[in-house]
Amino acid sequence: MNINGLFAHSLTDLIRGIRQNKKNEQSYIAKEIADIRLELRRNDPDLKAQAIAKLTYLQMMGYDMSWASFHVVEVMSSPKFLYKGIGYLGAVQSFNQETDVLMLTTNLIKKDLASANASEIGIAINGLSHILTPDLARDLCADLVAMLNHSRPIVRKKVLLVLYKVFLKYPEGLRLSFSRMKDRLEDPDPSVVSAAVNVICELARRNPKNYLSLAPQLFKLLTTSSNNWMLIKIIKLFAALTPYEPRLTKKLLPPITTLIQTTPAMSLLYECIHTVIAGGMLATTGSGSNAESANMLAATCVTKLRTFLEDPDQNLKYIGLLALTKILPSHPHLVAEHKDIILKCIDDPDISIRMRTLDLIVGMANKKNLTEIVKRLISHLLPINENDVTTSSSLNNGAATAALMDPTYRADIIRRIIFICSQNSYANITNFEWYLAVLSDLTNIAGVNVGESLMQQFMDVGVRVKSARSYTVQLMMRLLADKKLTEPTRTEDSNSMVLLAAAWLTGEYCALLENPETALELLAQKSTAKLDPAIQATYLQTMLKIFAYWMNSLQYSWNEEARQSLVEMVDLLRDGIKDMFSRSPDLEVQERASNISVILDIIAEHVPRTPLKIANSISFAPTMPKPPAVLGSLYPLFFNQELNPVAPKAQKKVPVPEGLDLESWIHEPVPEQEPESSDDDDFLNERPSRWGEEAVSGKSKKKGKKGRDQEDTKESAEAKAKRKAERRERQKHDPYYIGGGGDSPKSQKKSQDDLDVDSIPIVQLSMDGFAKPIVATRHPCRVCGRGDA
Amino acid sequence: MPINYVLLVSRQGKTRLAKWFTTLSPKEKSKIVKDVTQLVLARRTKMCNFLEYKDTKVIYRRYASLYFITGVSPEDNELLTLEIIHRYVEVLDRYFGNVSELDLIFNFERAYYILDELLLAGEMQESSKTAPLKAIQDHDAIEMEEANEEKNK
Repeated sequence: MNINGLFAHSLTDLIRGIRQNKKNEQSYIAKEIADIRLELRRNDPDLKAQAIAKLTYLQMMGYDMSWASFHVVEVMSSPKFLYKGIGYLGAVQSFNQETDVLMLTTNLIKKDLASANASEIGIAINGLSHILTPDLARDLCADLVAMLNHSRPIVRKKVLLVLYKVFLKYPEGLRLSFSRMKDRLEDPDPSVVSAAVNVICELARRNPKNYLSLAPQLFKLLTTSSNNWMLIKIIKLFAALTPYEPRLTKKLLPPITTLIQTTPAMSLLYECIHTVIAGGMLATTGSGSNAESANMLAATCVTKLRTFLEDPDQNLKYIGLLALTKILPSHPHLVAEHKDIILKCIDDPDISIRMRTLDLIVGMANKKNLTEIVKRLISHLLPINENDVTTSSSLNNGAATAALMDPTYRADIIRRIIFICSQNSYANITNFEWYLAVLSDLTNIAGVNVGESLMQQFMDVGVRVKSARSYTVQLMMRLLADKKLTEPTRTEDSNSMVLLAAAWLTGEYCALLENPETALELLAQKSTAKLDPAIQATYLQTMLKIFAYWMNSLQYSWNEEARQSLVEMVDLLRDGIKDMFSRSPDLEVQERASNISVILDIIAEHVPRTPLKIANSISFAPTMPKPPAVLGSLYPLFFNQELNPVAPKAQKKVPVPEGLDLESWIHEPVPEQEPESSDDDDFLNERPSRWGEEAVSGKSKKKGKKGRDQEDTKESAEAKAKRKAERRERQKHDPYYIGGGGDSPKSQKKSQDDLDVDSIPIVQLSMDGFAKPIVATRHPCRVCGRGDA
Repeated sequence: MPINYVLLVSRQGKTRLAKWFTTLSPKEKSKIVKDVTQLVLARRTKMCNFLEYKDTKVIYRRYASLYFITGVSPEDNELLTLEIIHRYVEVLDRYFGNVSELDLIFNFERAYYILDELLLAGEMQESSKTAPLKAIQDHDAIEMEEANEEKNK
């Protein structure tokens, strides 16, 4: 179709064609690409350039053009400026570090750099900045540095910026040209200076110490320049430098303070505040006056940030929150003053702002405002209950609720609530019962599966806080009875893991239960078989515990009623366990179930099945027969001692008893082993010890062997050398020993190799029956190719 | 610190310009474009112009039917990047004279060249408005010359 090239589509045609063929875009583009391939094969430079331009456009839309890289280089080398530009553009868009035609470009770029035309130099440099490889960087570094003195400022500034990229790939270049770059700071042209500042900023971020010497120059620029862009970069640079040079802080405070108070530019203000915070200029340590001024500065910053928050522009709110988060660790009281406006930001429909506020609030929580904060956060989770059925949400609320229903967001909020409440071992909670209520509310309205964290919280609070235990246990009973948890409709959303906590707590503290029988009935429900195996296992254990306790309590009021209820309960439990749990696929559940059913069988044997006889005795009140001994038998199993939580560092606080030396040997260490046959066991035991002695790192794991090492250093060097020689002998012919460390195991190995090789008999093969006789070579190995074949 | 990429995306999600200042594989590039476009197009007008994507920040601004999106590293000054975007739009406006999306579609190489004059290796090269303009006009002059030579040959 396009044989002559006369009808080749130009770039405009291509674009128009794509816009017209919206429906069959893929096929149209495929056809175009085929045409482009044909065009590229021809030798016409115009066609080629046009084809590359089209390809670049298609590449932007997502179609790969790496197959055309050679053609791109051809177009790049075209003498015409327009085509050169197209070529470089194509290169920039499609080349990456592995494109092999890049080496062809080295000379090309060199030529372009030396060109008289500043624009040509410009596009060459620009293209270079994108396709730099370490090789290109090395080759072109010298040329670029020479161009730093070019007459045109445009060129100078571009060279500076591309040098930065060069230094990233070829760090050696930096050392050679650093002084030249420094000179550019004094350049008459402001754009060149600004470019130099940019580059130095970037370099300094990676390695601040080297650039401290430039500080005075930069300081002069800071105070004299009015170019906001450059000022911002310089300030950022100082933020990176101040940690290394504390005197800078003092010098910088006045100009920065002036800037903060006077500049109308928001971005500059923000940058100053950011630097002040990040650079540690607000540190309150040091001399009195310094601390005072630092505090004043902090106060000014926070006031300015407050104005950000009050501004209707969302952007300012966002960065205001960001900065406040940074200033929080050092001046929490200042931030707390503005708590009201921060809390308002939580309700903002914009999710970015909300996330920032969450961060800030989490850092700000303390005893007084905890309840309020948590209430606010929970109210965020609530709408899911009201809105999920109704479809009449206005457009404004639609997106907000959509965000609220986002499971990651909800999980995040819940996690943060738990975090702020449990900080510092619950230092912030004054009323644990309130906290438990919050946790159970969360279980109900969560809508996401945060069961694990909630479960841990319940257990933690239940175990540690004695005073709230009775409330905890009541709450847990309610959870156990909650049908939504025990029979969840969608398992990903449910928080049934809290049932594990519920079961465990009820079991452990069943003394506080009002009605143990209801608990037992709840636990033995049919629906429990569908729960997670870990939960089932805990259920079983709890059942036994509660049963033991209840049985024990029956002892004190043993009558006919009690007997009957005992019989019923035993039967209920036995049936329940046999049906549901004994055949469970999970091993833990099965094991526990069978243990319990055996125990219950034993108990059942001892439970009197016949109605009690009331013996009429001489005394007034009819005495009851004694309760069977079995009633009290299980109780001690679980309830002899109360388990208390132990802090992880508690062991260290236990004083070591007198006369006990933990460091001394328990018995004399065994002397160095005699050389034995290389049994597998010995191999595993012995080798590490020898390596431990020889190698410097000494990574032997067994303490005994380490002791051996220590002892060896006390032995004479003679004995050591003797043992070493013996060992060498052994290891020479040991097939298991791989070698390493000590003197020349390599040469050993080599000699071994040579030995082996030479001892192999060389056979002369005569191939009479074949066309070519093959001569046997000295080296029998044909793989490495040595010798003729 | 430097800008990692600049994308121009229409309201329908079509990429009008994509400039990358880091080397990435094409797959990664298209993934980033897809994800970031989705995130930005889902925002409403009142929301703030800063987003977080993985561990980078995304800063965008909407001009008529085009979204100008930039990806920067987390320590960058967001307001400054917004200014850079605005500077680019101003230069485009001066060059094309009341620039519209159609101008950018049909003259996408010019758009790239102007961006190159403004940003090099992800850093702001030139903060004045007139200098890039002048550079591009020089470019055009040379092209005109060459085209005239061709015609006269």
